Amino acid sequence: MLSRTAANLFWMARYLERSETTARLLDLGFRNALLPNTGGGFRNEWSAILQSKGTFQQFTDKYGELKQRNVESFLFFDLENPSSVAACIRAARENARIVRTALTSQVWDAINVSFQELKALQRRERSSLEVPELTDWSLRTAALIRGAIETTQLRNDGYRFMNLGYAVERSDNTARLLDVKYYVLLPSVAYVGSGLDNYQWTTLLRALSAHRAYNWAYGGELSAKQIAHFLILNPKFPRSLLSCCIEVNAHLDHLARIYDRSTPAQETARKLLGELAEAKMDDIFDEGLHEFLSRMIFDNAALGQAIHDQYLTGEAR
Amino acid sequence: MADPFFNEMYGEGGLRPPYQRLEGWYQNMPSEFRALKQAEAEDLFRRYGITFAVYGEGGDPDRLIPFDMFPRVFSAEEWRRLERGIKQRARALNAFLSDVYDRGEIIRAGRIPADLVYRNEAYEIAVAGFRPPLGVFSHIVGIDLVRTGADQFYVLEDNCRTPSGVSYMLENREVMMRMFPHLFQENRVAPVDNYARLLKRTLASVAPAKCDRDPNIVILTPGHFNSAYYEHSFLADLMGVELVEGQDLFVEGDFCWMRTTEGPRKVDVIYRRIDDAFLDPLCFRPDSTLGVPGLMNVYRSGGVTICSAPGAGVADDKAIYTYVPEMVRFYLGEAPILENVPTWHCAKADDYKYVQEHLAELVVKEVHGSGGYGMLVGPKADKATIEAFAAKLAENPSNYIAQPTLALSTCPTFVEEGIAPRHVDLRPYCLVGRDIELVPGGLTRVALTEGSLVVNSSQGGGVKDTWVIAEE
Amino acid sequence: MILTVLHQTRYEFEAPVGGIIQSLRLTPAKCEGQKVIDWKIEVPGAVMGTLFRDGAGDYIQTASLRASSDHIEVTVRGTVETDDTAGVLRGHRERVPPAAYMRNTPRTEPNRAISDLVEAALTGHDAAPALERAHLLCAAVSEALPYRPGATHAHTTAAEAMNEGAGVCQDHTQVLIACAHLAGLPARYVSGYLNATEDGTPHEASHAWAEIFIEGLGWVGFDASNKSCPNEHYIRLGSGLDAQDAAPIRGLVMGGAEERLDVTVVIKAQQQ
Repeated sequence: MLSRTAANLFWMARYLERSETTARLLDLGFRNALLPNTGGGFRNEWSAILQSKGTFQQFTDKYGELKQRNVESFLFFDLENPSSVAACIRAARENARIVRTALTSQVWDAINVSFQELKALQRRERSSLEVPELTDWSLRTAALIRGAIETTQLRNDGYRFMNLGYAVERSDNTARLLDVKYYVLLPSVAYVGSGLDNYQWTTLLRALSAHRAYNWAYGGELSAKQIAHFLILNPKFPRSLLSCCIEVNAHLDHLARIYDRSTPAQETARKLLGELAEAKMDDIFDEGLHEFLSRMIFDNAALGQAIHDQYLTGEAR
Repeated sequence: MADPFFNEMYGEGGLRPPYQRLEGWYQNMPSEFRALKQAEAEDLFRRYGITFAVYGEGGDPDRLIPFDMFPRVFSAEEWRRLERGIKQRARALNAFLSDVYDRGEIIRAGRIPADLVYRNEAYEIAVAGFRPPLGVFSHIVGIDLVRTGADQFYVLEDNCRTPSGVSYMLENREVMMRMFPHLFQENRVAPVDNYARLLKRTLASVAPAKCDRDPNIVILTPGHFNSAYYEHSFLADLMGVELVEGQDLFVEGDFCWMRTTEGPRKVDVIYRRIDDAFLDPLCFRPDSTLGVPGLMNVYRSGGVTICSAPGAGVADDKAIYTYVPEMVRFYLGEAPILENVPTWHCAKADDYKYVQEHLAELVVKEVHGSGGYGMLVGPKADKATIEAFAAKLAENPSNYIAQPTLALSTCPTFVEEGIAPRHVDLRPYCLVGRDIELVPGGLTRVALTEGSLVVNSSQGGGVKDTWVIAEE
Repeated sequence: MILTVLHQTRYEFEAPVGGIIQSLRLTPAKCEGQKVIDWKIEVPGAVMGTLFRDGAGDYIQTASLRASSDHIEVTVRGTVETDDTAGVLRGHRERVPPAAYMRNTPRTEPNRAISDLVEAALTGHDAAPALERAHLLCAAVSEALPYRPGATHAHTTAAEAMNEGAGVCQDHTQVLIACAHLAGLPARYVSGYLNATEDGTPHEASHAWAEIFIEGLGWVGFDASNKSCPNEHYIRLGSGLDAQDAAPIRGLVMGGAEERLDVTVVIKAQQQ
């Protein structure tokens, strides 16, 4: 398959996953903002969310004051913000359009319809749009597209590249979300274990649609360590770093079989899996959660680069 | 008053035989049903994604070319003659190209002025003396034809580079067969759907001598922003070959390679849909990002075949056009089967004088123009337009040619009130490789505005399915 | 005369680039008056294509350097035996008809100053043979554009050079081509090497001059920079419509960064 086609499929999936994460972040911020003013107040929380995406500067340059409505616009509609839901959907659709012949008509339809619906949302009066409607729409759209891919795409190399895109992006996003909560969101250490702390954890779990799953798995008690375990090392939770890494490995193994060749990309993925599979929560907290997550984000990016170098440039021999 | 235009359905002695079984079809079609079918057709085109962006216009980039459901029909006998004429012309054009990049016998013999060929911008110095595989330069020749009478056809222009529109020929048929299957039971319409197979065979037949396996063929597109991108991806899909952009290819050593997920893969034949000037920044325009740097070196040392061959454009220049009948006589020793439209070259003083005096009767075109832009249709233009054009013409006469306004034939076309005659032309696609092939059909373009003679899709023209009734 | 050539071109980039590809026109033409004794082109790290000869008779070769390099170096070493042919190109196999060299490029497009120059040079010489008219044009260009390095740059057009009123060999050549076209003579740009000018003064060793087609004689070289025709001090590489088209090295850098270029050319006449 043409490297550029593989790259388009890979990035289409990454953008789709990214749009979902941005929507979840928006949801997280919205729920947190419903909380009574604490510490720096909701402004601080919104700034934490923008910081997690590395877009705080861009936001203040453009909008100045941290007004909730502005943040909503910025995160959902603003095409100048490359990780806004609208920008991601648009980029995903553009990638899909270029490789339309590699997609089933159901997948193309799902993506194209979401793009048309987005345009309809953009035309609507902003005051008639509440955050829950926007985030619900985003999550439903994401699920629809994902479902179309799972049920209709041939299990060929193209399918593997799409799934690699999803898994690599998801791993990055989970790590960042967790890092925001743990490192950025809480005004000071004094709040650890406080009502605010618990409320924030709950909203994070909710934003990840993992609230009830967590209760089932850990008996309902909220603790930083258990939630971190859930989001990092629990192989049952589909957004955990370990799950994502298992998925990346599986799809890379498929590619190695299809192409009859194992490459440095598989090696890099296996190494990361090895580490995650062996990891213990105590060690992670000893290292420092933020430090560990930063390292994971870095390693995951390196894995994405290895996939790129091996398959998406067409130059690796 | 007698109709000055030949009506292809009702011309001369009443209902003509190839259309015989269509009369009842349209007469018995209730208007609601027709509207329904028209909507269905539009829906099908949109679903297939067949859209056409128009250069230099704003508006909807996903615009559809209007499709008229009334087919344009040729009898087997009519087609036989056209086929011989088209193939003859395609052979002569290739012989000409092969000659002017070699010894230039036709020029030495004084049959075509040297300056017209060698000073032409489209004459590529970079390929002089190079003989492409099988000596073929133009592998897909699109010849635009108009009809003025039962037996009278004229060639309007030749397209030797990358004639577009063949996807419409195929899709129009597809849509018609889906919507009106019974028409195809009643009429024995010759199929066109093996075009892609023939195209692939043609391209494979000109693989470089160095290629010792099944040739790897690709289509090179300027990218998905190009107005004809749909056609590029459609053809790639039908042929089962990769659709590539310049960035997907690179040159190393004596070959051109394609970037794939399994590493570099050698490319043998490139069906390019980009102009010469953009093919290779190391040989032509240095600012081109659409092409492949170094490609021309690989081509000229026999590592890859480019279709159509760089430099093929010198044969479809409007100034060269006049000499195509001469080419037929010179290279093939045959009498031309298809006629040219009489043409005045404004570069010649006498011709220029005549044209300036008769602007109101003539169609004046730019020598290098295409798509119906920058032209004057004298009889349709008002006085101010003609005067403005006269001034433009005076500035650079050699940039223009002129032709009489032809009485283009008409074909019944669905309009608001039922059917009405509308002017049509025809572009068949002739394939030249080891064999020379022509599928029975082509693209019929129709001027949808009453009385209009401009059929270009960029100027509001539509398309029709083109039938050749197979022999009993 | 035996001339030895050492021509080194080194491109350096601020950061490693994604790949480099070059089309090299760096092998002496095969024609009377120059015989290659030995010749070698080296581009360390590059994959070299096979040397081939194009329709204009030039030897061409592709060099590609794959990803991640911060420099590329092209070294040419060779020895050529030369003779004076009074500027006439003979024994050179080419397939391009002279009439094809009547077209201008943006670099050779004439302006008013150039057409005035042609008129001034040829007035009263309408009936003169083409060869004589070509000499007159060459002399006129030489007069009009004193040699002044730095007055122009690599992308200067003929018209711009005329406006500047000075230039280097590239400008002389492009202006002369524009002039010849106006006078109805096919003309082209030639790249090559120059050992020393006739009076012995050293000159830029990487050189360019024009060839003008004279009916009955063929292509004849005219060096407006030195107001002369090429002789045994010249080595002819190849030709084109203008400086860019005839460039000894035409290259492209993928993901290009800032570039620094170093060229050294040393031509020496061997003692015999």
